[in-house]
Amino acid sequence: MSYLIEGKTGTWEIVVGLEVHAQIISQSKLFSGASTKFGGEPNSQVSLVDAAFPGMLPVINRECVAQAVRTGLGLNARINLQSRFDRKNYFYADLPQGYQISQFEHPIVGEGSIEIELANGETRQIGITRLHMEQDAGKLLHDQDPTRSFVDLNRSGVALMEIVSEPDIRAPEEAGAYLRKLRQILRYLGTCDGNMDEGSMRADVNVSVRKAGEPFRTRCEIKNVNSIRFVMQAIEAEAARQVEIWENGGEVDQETRLFDPSRGETRTMRSKEDAHDYRYFPDPDLLPLVIEQAWVDGLKAELPELPDAKRARFQADYGVPFYDAGVLVAEQSVADFFETVAKGRDGKLAVTWVTGDLFAALNRTSRTIENSPVSADSLGKMLDLIADGTINGKIAKEVFEDMVETGESPDAIVEKKGLRQVTDTGVIDSAIDAIMAKHADKVAEYRSGKDKLFGFFVGQVMKETKGKANPALVNEALKGKLDA
Amino acid sequence: MLTGLTLTQAREGLAARKFSARELAKAHLDAIARLNPKLNAYITVIPEADVLAAADAADARYAAGTARPMEGLPVGVKDLFCTKGVKTTAASKILANFVPPYESTVTARLLDAGSVFVGKTNLDEFAMGSANITSAFGSVLNPWQRKGEETVALVPGGSSGGSAAAVAAGLALAATGTDTGGSIRQPAAFCGIVGLKPTYGRCSRWGTIAYASSLDQAGPMTRTVADAGLMLEAMAGFDEKDSTCSNRPVPAFAQAVGKSVKGLRVGIPAEYRAPGLSPEISAMWEQGIAWLREAGCEIVDVSLPHTKYGLATYYIIAPAECSSNLARYDGIRFGERKDAATLDGVYELTRAEGFGEEVRNRILMGTYVLSAGYYDAYYLKAQKVRTLIKRDFVQAFEQVDVLLTPTAPSAAFAQGENMADPVQMYLNDIFTVPASMAGVPALSVPVGLDAKGLPLGLQIIGRHFDEETVLSVGGALEAAAGFAHTPTLHAEAGA
Amino acid sequence: MSLDLATTRRIAKLARIGLADAELETVRQKLDGILGWFNQLSEVDVEGVPPMVGTEMEALRQREDVVTDGNCQAAVLSNAPEKSGPFYAVPKVVE
Ligand SMILES: [Mg+2]
Ligand SMILES: [Zn+2]
Repeated sequence: MSYLIEGKTGTWEIVVGLEVHAQIISQSKLFSGASTKFGGEPNSQVSLVDAAFPGMLPVINRECVAQAVRTGLGLNARINLQSRFDRKNYFYADLPQGYQISQFEHPIVGEGSIEIELANGETRQIGITRLHMEQDAGKLLHDQDPTRSFVDLNRSGVALMEIVSEPDIRAPEEAGAYLRKLRQILRYLGTCDGNMDEGSMRADVNVSVRKAGEPFRTRCEIKNVNSIRFVMQAIEAEAARQVEIWENGGEVDQETRLFDPSRGETRTMRSKEDAHDYRYFPDPDLLPLVIEQAWVDGLKAELPELPDAKRARFQADYGVPFYDAGVLVAEQSVADFFETVAKGRDGKLAVTWVTGDLFAALNRTSRTIENSPVSADSLGKMLDLIADGTINGKIAKEVFEDMVETGESPDAIVEKKGLRQVTDTGVIDSAIDAIMAKHADKVAEYRSGKDKLFGFFVGQVMKETKGKANPALVNEALKGKLDA
Repeated sequence: MLTGLTLTQAREGLAARKFSARELAKAHLDAIARLNPKLNAYITVIPEADVLAAADAADARYAAGTARPMEGLPVGVKDLFCTKGVKTTAASKILANFVPPYESTVTARLLDAGSVFVGKTNLDEFAMGSANITSAFGSVLNPWQRKGEETVALVPGGSSGGSAAAVAAGLALAATGTDTGGSIRQPAAFCGIVGLKPTYGRCSRWGTIAYASSLDQAGPMTRTVADAGLMLEAMAGFDEKDSTCSNRPVPAFAQAVGKSVKGLRVGIPAEYRAPGLSPEISAMWEQGIAWLREAGCEIVDVSLPHTKYGLATYYIIAPAECSSNLARYDGIRFGERKDAATLDGVYELTRAEGFGEEVRNRILMGTYVLSAGYYDAYYLKAQKVRTLIKRDFVQAFEQVDVLLTPTAPSAAFAQGENMADPVQMYLNDIFTVPASMAGVPALSVPVGLDAKGLPLGLQIIGRHFDEETVLSVGGALEAAAGFAHTPTLHAEAGA
Repeated sequence: MSLDLATTRRIAKLARIGLADAELETVRQKLDGILGWFNQLSEVDVEGVPPMVGTEMEALRQREDVVTDGNCQAAVLSNAPEKSGPFYAVPKVVE
């Protein structure tokens, strides 16, 4: 789906690559035993290693390595059995060591890819360049004091994965789809909670523009954008800015910029007097990280089913339409819910109930699937009642609403309210007889050729039986009697 | 007298209740009070009450029969090891008032073995130097004097110069040192004591202030080779907090001393016969070769072809690592701060004033060799040459069991000598640096005096993690040399 | 190549060591001398030689993911030159 900018001098296309920092889910930090819990008392989840006291040394957390490998596997990427940690040297108040331990030359994960789906149903492959592990920095608070900034090191040393995409993205919408898909994969894998509000996922956005067929032009990096919507807005704003510069005969400077959501524009970061020179070199406190193929294979064997595979399976196993399958797998909890409902039952009926009545009920009651008022088991049992003819579809709606309200089981509700479907042909026949007697005029009209009245009779009979009559039996008996 | 004992003698005396740990500690505190104002070997002396309390605890253990290997032995600690609750400065203004809330692994092990710490010894600032003249707390004086030139102040070597001077002068029975490019061995040689740099990874680096992480190693500085073995046993061993620390078991090092060296092959590297090597050092080396031959060793000529590039390689790699290791001294979380209006202002002022000239220059050199455009030409090149240097050793050790070389190209020199040209000063490390680059263990043993009455040392270098053979050969050399001299400035000199 | 003053200044800036111009010139001369001495390495053939990182004696050990540290706010702040409540304080940073 092309996103093109019509300028004075012609049509421009945009070129976007994303660097996503995703916080690894782990109990303790990448190189220290301090807790990673969010929201602790300032400087409480800090070890002397995190505060870079003299003589403190890093020791790597095995689970963080495993999480990076799982993520690499989930991105269909190459896992590097040998990788290495480097120091990225710069001074800042939130960086206690004066360097960040990262992986520069030899990352743990190499090339991979993500398939994204666009609104029009098209799919595209976005290349992954690499994934590496690194330390998070601390936090600066600027608004507590007029002349000073305050430093909290609770985040210092928390493990991050930096996931770098190829410059394959050509539209703001694609960037959004990429981020949503990446987040979905990370959540499925359980390697990052993807919570952008708490900063556990944030993106650096590299944007340039060019005319069709041109090589890449200079790019700008927009740092630390913390919502998908802002990423899309930032790309639009930045691309427009660059087109304007080029068209006015100017030159785009390669620089780092910030997105200001309130103004909807990007601005240059307070320019540094000297260019960055990070002086990367191998961290002499850490030896090369060597992992075994067998260990990687073990992690692979234990990976959960990922959204693309699950979607395909839902289509194949349950006959769920492509679009609906996408809706179901968007969140793993929804997919699991659906599968519990659908297993051994009519998949199409299950998807209708989950994406229809259940979603509506969640919406109405402001609940999520995790604390749904109707459990997957109950909904499944209700479908069983439909299948075995205990209730019909119409009564099912009533039963379901009762389940939402009371949380009771469907059988209990059916019993309590006497909603069992009427299949006794004697009862149905006498109801039909009564209706035909009451509406003799309509019977005459029908018999003189007004077929459309058939529906009217069905409605009346259902009403007479309080909706509980088996609709198929009613149809059959009505036909026999009216046409007699 | 009590301040002239070896660790082994003192241990025996204490066990036999010939004297108490309290008496031993007191004798050392008195010697420090008398001589330290002159030698400046200690930056911080532990308060008498604390030292005596530790000594009393040791006496109680002797009484109870639960004495540990270093029980009650007065030890000096290089002020690069963080000691809980005791000021730790790295001899730098920037850490002038730093009190660590933690104990380094090596000093914790020494305490666990029963050692009684008497003070924190002086050093070159952040261990950068070979003469102990860059300390923010003043230079250390070598307790030895040139015959006929008694007024000339000599350097103790560096960077562990305070430890070497303290052990030589009777202000501690032994001391810890750290060695990055020769900082244990060269001052040991200059002060007439034994110094052992273990294999890289033998002792934990946790809690020791870093200079160059891929080279730094802690080791013992003692009066005898057996003492070095005894003390290393206490210092060494696996530490899960240091990713570069080996988990190999710690052998009974002290037992290696006195073992026969008959049949061992001793390599003499041709490249160490550097042009300009003083005839006295050369003669001492020949003497050492003769002694080992007499002890039954086979002498083998070997070649370490990349020896001459060791120094330049070292002076690229060590500053590169230090430029990064010392970035944490920024005046924000600990250490001295110089205030300024901006964050960068704080950094620049704090670091310009907090670091001395040598440290600043090494940081700047390291920053330069890692910076864009120069990394490949300097840093990467040096790392490759380092590979070649290490290969030289690995290949040599296919032919021989140890190498024998001089420790330093000269005896202790005078304060002010060799100091105008940094490269001239760096040449002090020429014989010690290659073993550091390769990570192999190396020991300096005092073997004699030069014409001016100054001690000279020989160096024994061994295979990775083969300190035992190094100690055996060192013991044989020590026995043959019978070095029994003490410096003019000594606790027992009756001054 | 010889080290010029502008490069020396840039290096000092990168290292956050504030030196006056006169000091910078002294430093420049010292470093330039040492850099000249480094040129001896150009005679060494390192074709095909891998760089040595650390002393390469052991493989990197990995620790288990357990909280064993932290919760030592007082120790962490004990040496701070300037603090405010539970925070370290620095001159206001403009981002
Ligand atoms: Mg980035
Ligand atoms: Zn990053």
